[in-house]
Parts: sequence; structure tokens; C-alpha cells
Amino acid sequence: MSYVLIIGAKSDIAKAVAREYAKNGYDLYLAARNVSELEGFKKDIEIRSNRRLELKEFDMVAFDSHQAFYDALEPKPLGVIVVVGYMVDQKVAENSLADSLNILHVNFTGCVSLLNIIANDFEKRKSGFIVGISSVAGDRGRKANYIYGSAKAGFSAYLSGLRNRLYVSGVQVLTVKPGFVNTKMTEGLDLPAKLTAEPEDVAHDIFEAQQKGKDVLYTKCIWKLIMLIIKHIPESMFKKMSI
Amino acid sequence: MNLASWGMYPVIKNKSFSLKDEKSLQNYLQKTEQMIPFGNGRSYGDSALAENIVYCKPYNYFLGFDESEGIVHCQSGVLLSEILEVFVRKGWFLKVTPGTKLITVGGAIASDIHGKNHHVEGCFSKCVQEIRVMLESGEIVTCKKGDELFLATCGGMGLTGVILDAKVALKKINSKSINQITIKTKNLKETFEAFEKYARMPYSVAWIDCLAKGENIGKCLLMVGDFADDRDLSFKEKKKLNIPFMFPSFALNNLSVKAFNWLYYKKSPAGESHQKVDIDTFFYPLDAINNWNRIYGKGGFTQYQFILPKEVSYDGLKEILGAIAESGKGSFLAVLKLYGKANANYLSFPMEGYSLALDFKIEKGLFELLDKLDQIVLRFGGRIYLTKDVRVSKETFEKGYPMIEKFRAFRKENGMDKKFHSLQSKRVGI
Repeated sequence: MSYVLIIGAKSDIAKAVAREYAKNGYDLYLAARNVSELEGFKKDIEIRSNRRLELKEFDMVAFDSHQAFYDALEPKPLGVIVVVGYMVDQKVAENSLADSLNILHVNFTGCVSLLNIIANDFEKRKSGFIVGISSVAGDRGRKANYIYGSAKAGFSAYLSGLRNRLYVSGVQVLTVKPGFVNTKMTEGLDLPAKLTAEPEDVAHDIFEAQQKGKDVLYTKCIWKLIMLIIKHIPESMFKKMSI
Repeated sequence: MNLASWGMYPVIKNKSFSLKDEKSLQNYLQKTEQMIPFGNGRSYGDSALAENIVYCKPYNYFLGFDESEGIVHCQSGVLLSEILEVFVRKGWFLKVTPGTKLITVGGAIASDIHGKNHHVEGCFSKCVQEIRVMLESGEIVTCKKGDELFLATCGGMGLTGVILDAKVALKKINSKSINQITIKTKNLKETFEAFEKYARMPYSVAWIDCLAKGENIGKCLLMVGDFADDRDLSFKEKKKLNIPFMFPSFALNNLSVKAFNWLYYKKSPAGESHQKVDIDTFFYPLDAINNWNRIYGKGGFTQYQFILPKEVSYDGLKEILGAIAESGKGSFLAVLKLYGKANANYLSFPMEGYSLALDFKIEKGLFELLDKLDQIVLRFGGRIYLTKDVRVSKETFEKGYPMIEKFRAFRKENGMDKKFHSLQSKRVGI
């Protein structure tokens, strides 16, 4: 029994991650809202890999339901991968508190709520891994998407602290920062091909990094360099730029 | 994202719609004037290029598997490599596979691809039991062998609609290995004799040194084989080499091609030799190198593949190989194959005879040479493979495909000619 729990399982990256883990011999809990939409995907994985797979209804912003959700998982997963990414056009979000809060709750507050519960259990068990899909957008706030970016920045900081706390308990925490990925979320955006990864590549990178016990993963790896540069532009210049 | 074909020529701006579900495809069809379906971008030329592209690769669920009959039901974006990854260890293999496994099932149907066993098993469509296609109106139709939609869709280059899913019959195997015989020949006559001698072998293909001149014209390495029977099915994906950047375009020149061909030919012992090789080595030698198309440099390349009727193959090939050797334009890869009978599909490429496929870097003077070769091909009653083509003229195309009028009429009748177009379909007037 080696279940991995995937939160936000309907996203393209989550599906690719699910296939990667199933291929490598893990059973899966796939959790998402309206999870029955994943019946076709479940069948696909079963044909591909012969692994056990269970669909679990889960709502990231229904904070009060998180404890009961986790308690009901039996057997407990040996690792959790949080793959949520919810983006609303920045201009829309700027003018709508409801949209802004939604971005913050899905990408940050909800993750805190759920991972607090899971982290406590893993710490007690002294084993497990937690993978959080954050974003390069969290490395520095830009006018083009700073509401989404700030939620991801919060999530990155949370994961960093969690890693620091759980290190002594032997629990791995991996922060994943994808750059552009060719998914539903980015459909219609004119992304530069050389900097854009396919979900399968991201999933493969995540699996390798998790298995090797890494802390932070940029994917594609060129983004590590790009963000290093962006982070080091002095604020006095950065505020005048449009990137 | 801008999608390109395998030959990296031509490079055009396009907008792609990723196929994820039927409903959104219906919407897209309604609001988009013209488009062409695109699989994994392994066709060489402009047959899947257009301003608007339906990107089918993300549409890739397995929908079912009938273990007793070996029939896999999957969406059109599933790659042949995925089918192998799942089913070889269970003792199943594709009945028909081309020289790369990195193509989608939808692409395999639209090109009605063939493999080293065409003389025995025919084209891909032969193992396809059923296809679901979304037509121009958004209506979804299931077609089977014998239906006109089936005849037009198999080999129809995506010009009848968007292939959604298909049922494909697999073949039983008892091993992941192939017993291979390599035969080294000295000239075209010997090459033909060797093909005939081994015609009973299910798989055969020859690598021709097309820079050989005079009496050496047509010398080759013929590889034939069949699956072993050792019950070892432990198929494992190999680690791939990668070509991480474009080669400068001068890297591949007459001299390096000559050196390659010489080495390739040289390393094989004279006469017949026997080897036991795995599936990847036998069927997909080039898949071992990611992005191998980059060795041709930024300007891109094309593959010229033609087929000639059997009774004139020898004379035709001799003339064409002579013309190529004389032009001095090197082809890195030149693959010769024996084909069985043609099928009834309107635009399928194969006919009973021999086909030669040659890779050429796009450069000055190339298209003039290919125009010249077209004339020889037509004179011998042959035709050009649309899946590889990027430059053939309307006239040459029409002469090679006698059923084109049927195809055109079918498209017109069903309004497909308004909705589905590629650069190629416009060029050759399909």
C-alpha cells in the first residue's frame, strides 16, 4: 500500500503527475472538486498501470471540511502533492475583492489549512513527503499578476518554513516553481516555446526531484537563472519596468 | 504556442487549440473559420500546418482494452509509444508501425501509415476497427471499414474532420526481441534479389547509400527479421540521447554524408549476418536521439518519398538514384522498402512496388532537383507521400492519386472543404 494523495487532480499538471507516479508503482488518491469528472482519467490510469486509484471529493476553500477529509483517508498516504493553481486576469482581480480572495484562498489559505493537518500527522509518523506546486510568479511581484503572485509567494514561504520544521522528523518538503507550462490555465497566451514546458516534462521533473529528496525545483531549470536575475534587479529600476 | 512540423520548414505563425473534450471542440469548430488537426508534429512537411491548428496530442486517454481480442480503444492523441509502454509487457505489439513510435493514433490514421511489414500486413487502417470523427458541423460519427467516411479518413490527412478516438487491433508477441538478418549487397540488382529472396519475412527494410555511383548504384544493407519466441517481455524504455541545439547548417554536407554512409556500410560484415535486437533498435533506431531533426540546422529539411509500381521499380530506381548521385546532393538517410497491394482508401500512399525515402537539407537547388525527380516518378507511374511532402505541385499530386476526384467530391458533399485545410491541401488543391 503506497498511496500518494494528489490535491487539485483535475489540472493538466496534476494529471501528468498522477500518470508519472502510477507508472512508477504508486497507488493514488485523486482529490478535486466535482471529482466524478475524473472517471475517464481513472480508467485511463488503470489501463496504463494496474495501480489502485480512488477519487475523493475535496474543496480547497471549504476549510472546515479538511480535517474530516484527511481523517477519512485509509490507509494514510505516504506523500501529498498539492497542485492547485487558480488564476484570474489581474485586471479583473484588481477590481473585485471576491476574485482576489478566491485567488488567495485557493492558492494559499486553503493549502495552509490542509497542509497544517497533514504536516502534523507526518511529523508524528516521522515519515512522508509534501510537494507543493508554487510558481515563479511568487518570486517577485509584477504588475501583470501580483495578486496571484502574492498568493504563490505566501505558499512558497509557508513551504520553506514547513521544510525547516519537519527536517528533524525526516519529512521531505519540496517546493516546485514551474515557469510557463502549456496547460488549460495558459491556453491562449502567447508563450515563448523555448521557455515553455509540457505538463509531462514538469511531472517527470517533480518525480525525480521528490525521489532525490530535493528542496526546491525550478522547471524548466532555465527559470532558476531567469528568476535569479529578476530577483536581483534593484527595486528603483524594477518599478519602472514592464516584464 | 507556435507548432512546427518535423522538417522545421516552413515556419509559420499559428494559433493552436488544445483538444481536451468534445464540447469545447464543437464550440471551436463553430467559431473558427478554417483549421487542420495536428498530432505530435512528426509529419515532415506542411500537411498539418495552418493558421489555426487543433492540437490533438493532449486528448490522450485510454478508453478500454479487450484482453481476449487484443483491441485497444483510445483517444486520438495517444502516442504509439504509450501503447507499447503499456502493452508490450502484456504480450501485445502494433500490427503496423512506422519508423518512429512518437506519433499519435490520430496521425497514424490520417496518414494511413505503414511499416516494414507492408508487404504482409498492409497499412495502419487495416488494424483499425472503428473511428469516431467530429465533422465540420460538430456532429460526431462512428465509421467502420467499408464506410465512405472510413475510406476518406484513413489517409485523408485530417481533411475530413477531427479524429476523436479509435479501436485498434494489436498483435500477439512472445518476445521483446527480434531475430534480425542483415544482408549486405553490392548493387541495385543484388538489392532487389535480396528483397525477393526474403519476401516471406514479415519485416524488411534497406538502407541505401545514395552517393554510390556507376556499378555500385543501389548498394545497401537490407535488414529483415521477425519476433523471437523466448517469452521475455521485459520491455523497458531506453535512455535517450538529446541534440540540445541546432547544428550549424554547414555541419551536414556532402562530405559528412559520404563519411556516414561509408562507415555505416563498412561496419557490417559482408554477405549475411544474424543479430538479436530489441524492439527499439529494430523498429525505431532514430527515436533513440531526441530532436535528431536539429542536425539539419535552422533552415530545416524535407523527406522525399516516392513509390513505383513493382514491374518498373528496378528501372525507375536506377534512373532516380543516378540523377541524385549526379546532382551530388547527399541524403543522410535513404530507405528502400517493398510494398504489398494498395488498399481502397482514397488517398493512401502505398501500392504494390518499391518505395524510396530520402532526407534532404533544404537548400538552394534542392526543389529543382526534386521537380526533376517528380517527372521520373510520374513517367514510371508512381506517386509522392503526402505525409513527408512540403513542395509537390498540384499537377504532380493529381497524376499520382487517381482517386482524388472521389475525395474532393466527398469533401464537398459534406462541407469539409470549407472547414479543414492545411498549407498542403491548399497547395495541391484538395
